[in-house]
Amino acid sequence: MITIKNYVSVDTVEEAYDLNKKRNNQVLGGMCWLKMMNKDVNTAIDLSKLNVKSIDEDETCFRIGAYVTLRELEMSTSFNEYTNGGMKKAVEHIVGVQFRNCATIGGSIWGRFGFSDLLTFFLSLDAKVELYPTGIVSLKEFRDMKVNNDILLSVIVDKKPLKVAYQTIRNQSTDFPVLACACSNVDGKYNTAIGARPGKAMLVEDDNNILAEVNEETIKAYSEYVMNRVDTISDSRASGEYRKRMVKVLVSRCMKEMEGI
Amino acid sequence: MEIKIKLNGKLIKEDVDAGTLLIDWLRAHKCFSVKRGCETSNCGLCTVFVNDKPVLSCSVLVARANGCSVTTLEGLQKEAEEFGAYIANEGAEQCGFCNPGFMMNAIAMFRENPDPTDDEIRAYLAGNLCRCSGYEGQLRGIKKYLQYKKGE
Ligand SMILES: Cc1cc2nc3c(=O)[nH]c(=O)nc-3n(C[C@H](O)[C@H](O)[C@H](O)COP(=O)(O)OP(=O)(O)OC[C@H]3O[C@@H](n4cnc5c(N)ncnc54)[C@H](O)[C@@H]3O)c2cc1C
Ligand code: FES
Ligand code: FES
Repeated sequence: MITIKNYVSVDTVEEAYDLNKKRNNQVLGGMCWLKMMNKDVNTAIDLSKLNVKSIDEDETCFRIGAYVTLRELEMSTSFNEYTNGGMKKAVEHIVGVQFRNCATIGGSIWGRFGFSDLLTFFLSLDAKVELYPTGIVSLKEFRDMKVNNDILLSVIVDKKPLKVAYQTIRNQSTDFPVLACACSNVDGKYNTAIGARPGKAMLVEDDNNILAEVNEETIKAYSEYVMNRVDTISDSRASGEYRKRMVKVLVSRCMKEMEGI
Repeated sequence: MEIKIKLNGKLIKEDVDAGTLLIDWLRAHKCFSVKRGCETSNCGLCTVFVNDKPVLSCSVLVARANGCSVTTLEGLQKEAEEFGAYIANEGAEQCGFCNPGFMMNAIAMFRENPDPTDDEIRAYLAGNLCRCSGYEGQLRGIKKYLQYKKGE
């Protein structure tokens, strides 16, 4: 159970960061995950007054504020147009509408959860995160960074020519994924993110240019290549061996969906 | 800390403990339709509207709802009675424990999408677990209610 003594809605990000330096203080996202922790929080830090509640777009990028909910991402016409409906697919199985109206992109990415649909999807988009005070870093780098006291302000997706497809395997439709797969082509470069291995999502790039030409055969070769590059292990949801075999299946399905084959 | 919340149309100003969950605050204000099921954000039983959006009151701090309007089933009597009759007529439920959360989320769906397909209904209500019914009666009740609303 989590207990909270004080609640502060901060006016500046500096104030949030200063508060977050104390071990017993905690930044709030949607609180869906936090709420299940056993922790006595001294001060809960609410970021609502910072500019973190909207999806902003200009010619060069989307800036998704940390407090944008998963449901807002699901319903965003422009971001779904940009991602061929992939954003909706990446979140639509997460618990239910009411849950997705609470859980935030900031809490989801900050958590760097192994099972995360969001981490998997945004890795494949070559996204970046805006941190205070660290600055803007690639999501790939952030995934491996040690947990620190930074405040995550937004997730940034640069607008580049993009194709992306997203698929998961779940034992039950709203359970955590057993395996998550996002294939994309960002500015001419193919890559695949595999999450719920069950470890944190990994990114596999098409370094050997297997997909120089895209057809059934090269997709098969690429699916096998990704499968061999990804580590999977067993947990209560599925065995590592099953997951590994399914990597090949999901990559092939995503690639075919993406390329209309 | 002091909060101001419009609960079912009535403005309430009050001092609360920072860690109070919305569900506990609502029950303390006699909104007993709001129930605790799983408490792990999974079952949908505690669904209420914050600024007209359905959320899980077991996972929201009342402090976070400060300045918002909050609606529970107590504030939706007319809609609830009308729709509830269709659920009852289909024998859609057994113990009925899931009903308040289900009604709230179904009403949220009607407002957002008044003409949903079967798949859209199933998707919207996926976060409302019912351990008795198997969901088919609820689906029938919703469809008949929507048909009635179309003809109204
Ligand atoms: C029952 C359940 C089922 C779930 N199923 C899935 C699923 O199938 N797929 C999936 O991808 N995810 C799933 N999730 C995870 C969920 O989608 C969210 O990722 C998770 O709840 C965290 O988001 P939140 O907004 O609730 O963050 P919180 O719980 O509020 O915070 C999580 C952590 O991030 C920190 N934090 C939050 N925001 C910031 C910020 N801006 N800057 C710095 N630190 C911050 C918090 O201090 C905390 O440590 C599930 C969660 C639950 C509880
Ligand atoms: S009690 Fe809130 S989701 Fe179950
Ligand atoms: S009728 Fe018993 S849980 Fe739904």
